[in-house]
Amino acid sequence: MSRILAQNAWSLGLAALLVALLLATKVIQPDFGVSGLDSLARAALPFALATCGMAVVVIAGGIDLSVAAMMAVASVTAAVLMDGSSDASALPAVAAVLALGLAMGAVNGALVVLTRVPDIVVTLAMLYVWGGVALLILNAPGGGAAPLLRGLIVGGVPFLPWLPRALVVAALVALMIWLPIRRAKLGLMFYAVGSDRLAAFRSGVPVGPVKVASYAVAGLFAALGGLSVTLSTGIGEPIPGPYLLASVAAVVLGGVALSGGKGGLLGPVLAVFVLRLVRMDLTLMNFDPNVTTIIEGSIMVAVVMFGGLMALRGRKA
Amino acid sequence: MTEAAPLSPLVRVGRLLADRPILPLILLLVALVVVLELMNPGVINQRWLANTIKVAIPLAMLAACQTLTMLTGGIDLSAGTVATISAYVMATLVPHLGVPAAMMIAMACALVAGLVNGFGVAVARVHPLIMTLGTGLIAMGCLLVYQRYVIATGVRIPDLLLWLGIGRTLGLPNGLFLFVPFATLIIWAQRRTGFGRLLYALGSNEAAARLSGVRSWQVFFGLYALSSLIAGLTGLLQIGIVKTPSLSLVLPLDLPSVAAAVIGGTSIFGGRGGYGGTIVGALILTVLATMLTLLQMPEGARRILFGLIILAVTAAYIRLTVKD
Repeated sequence: MSRILAQNAWSLGLAALLVALLLATKVIQPDFGVSGLDSLARAALPFALATCGMAVVVIAGGIDLSVAAMMAVASVTAAVLMDGSSDASALPAVAAVLALGLAMGAVNGALVVLTRVPDIVVTLAMLYVWGGVALLILNAPGGGAAPLLRGLIVGGVPFLPWLPRALVVAALVALMIWLPIRRAKLGLMFYAVGSDRLAAFRSGVPVGPVKVASYAVAGLFAALGGLSVTLSTGIGEPIPGPYLLASVAAVVLGGVALSGGKGGLLGPVLAVFVLRLVRMDLTLMNFDPNVTTIIEGSIMVAVVMFGGLMALRGRKA
Repeated sequence: MTEAAPLSPLVRVGRLLADRPILPLILLLVALVVVLELMNPGVINQRWLANTIKVAIPLAMLAACQTLTMLTGGIDLSAGTVATISAYVMATLVPHLGVPAAMMIAMACALVAGLVNGFGVAVARVHPLIMTLGTGLIAMGCLLVYQRYVIATGVRIPDLLLWLGIGRTLGLPNGLFLFVPFATLIIWAQRRTGFGRLLYALGSNEAAARLSGVRSWQVFFGLYALSSLIAGLTGLLQIGIVKTPSLSLVLPLDLPSVAAAVIGGTSIFGGRGGYGGTIVGALILTVLATMLTLLQMPEGARRILFGLIILAVTAAYIRLTVKD
């Protein structure tokens, strides 16, 4: 028991922080309730999915700066495919978008492996490429979303009206993708490649394919994120949203080391909700939204500095 | 010394290019200009040259921040924000305080951001990517708040900056009066001064540098402060070129500045590269942008080409210069 506690100390701390923030929200806004929770979950959904994708790549020792651009491609593709079509044809559209996400991620990963250019540079270049693709597909926000799918993330779960559907969708999707990988050999290989590439190679891990796989999973999460943008707004958005910086921030805040090989997906997802909730509380308290940005950035920097100082102290002791 | 075996000309050319990494870049730049001339005969003239240099100067200056920090294995993603802040603060303060005071305050703002970065990277040992990203976010928030309080007061851009930004001497942009000494100073500093060598030392092997007595935290502190001061200066120059302050004045140059340094052959992992290559990298990016504009393609296709070309150039460059 104490081992599990120690292993998940960071996530538990974040969860405690999240509960404290929820209570604080209730104090600030006594009528905060079901609808507030619902809009929070819906706003956080794309951020959470983008963060999952980023976290997988970072765990495997890379970084993907093109996450937001891939989300834009997925969002416009979904909107174009679903525009004016019936609910029945929505499912193939979703499947197509997810396959597209996997493919985009795999292209990123293959380029990283084949060109031997640093991850950060490749994905920086691909940020322009995917951003351009999104603009070619849809020049201005437009398209549509199937009502059936929109119903998936709006409102509460039947019988449990206080539980937002968006939250359930986020949790289910993340678990369905990440748990099997984490339990399989592939998950172990992600951590192995992320913590020491050379050691992993010498113990027989196919480093190249594993890297490609990690980027492909990130692409899949990005496609889901883009899909969720289209579903919650009802239109496709070709200009990438603010998901890149936010996902890096949440990954770091969630206890995933940027050097790779450490952390999981629970921490980063909790961090997304913490950051969103902080933003909402500050808005409820009538702060200038710009002050909110300052506070958000300060929290991120303070947490990371604190983590760095703690690590330093641990090394000295 | 024994007589070296005669090498085939091809191998010799390959070695020469690998030893002097700036040569293939200059060749690429020349090739791009030739293609541009073939695409659109008569486009290459003095006016075009002056314009290209004018546009490339702020990019090259901002890329100096990236080059210097990348030499130590870091990066400065707050540079674009800091440059925007210094330009905005300066332009809004000139009507109240006069030109010298406004410029001093603008540079002081940049310095504060740099000191925060330096503290995070040097003392708290935060990864530079995260630290500068966070500082950039905070600084942007501060700028947005500041902007709400000055919205009524006018803005004025000092004549000196306009002269630097849009003026010409002998057909060449006056920005060169700032840039040539600046670039000389940076190249001299990185090659000939102790500080420059410490940057390379820390980037190649931080542990070894520290064990040989380098106080790394002092170097990092100074480096990030310097980087933000350069960014602040870039902002002041850019506002002379653009002539209207805005909240996203230099932000679009942020990622291209990283690209310029990378194309210029500075390794993002530290220890390799230099500012000379970065200047050529900035010129390549600027010529490339002109070329893509001339192609009259849709915006999306242009972005795709831009990204692919950055990737191709970097990949080819790494193949050429890195020996396993």
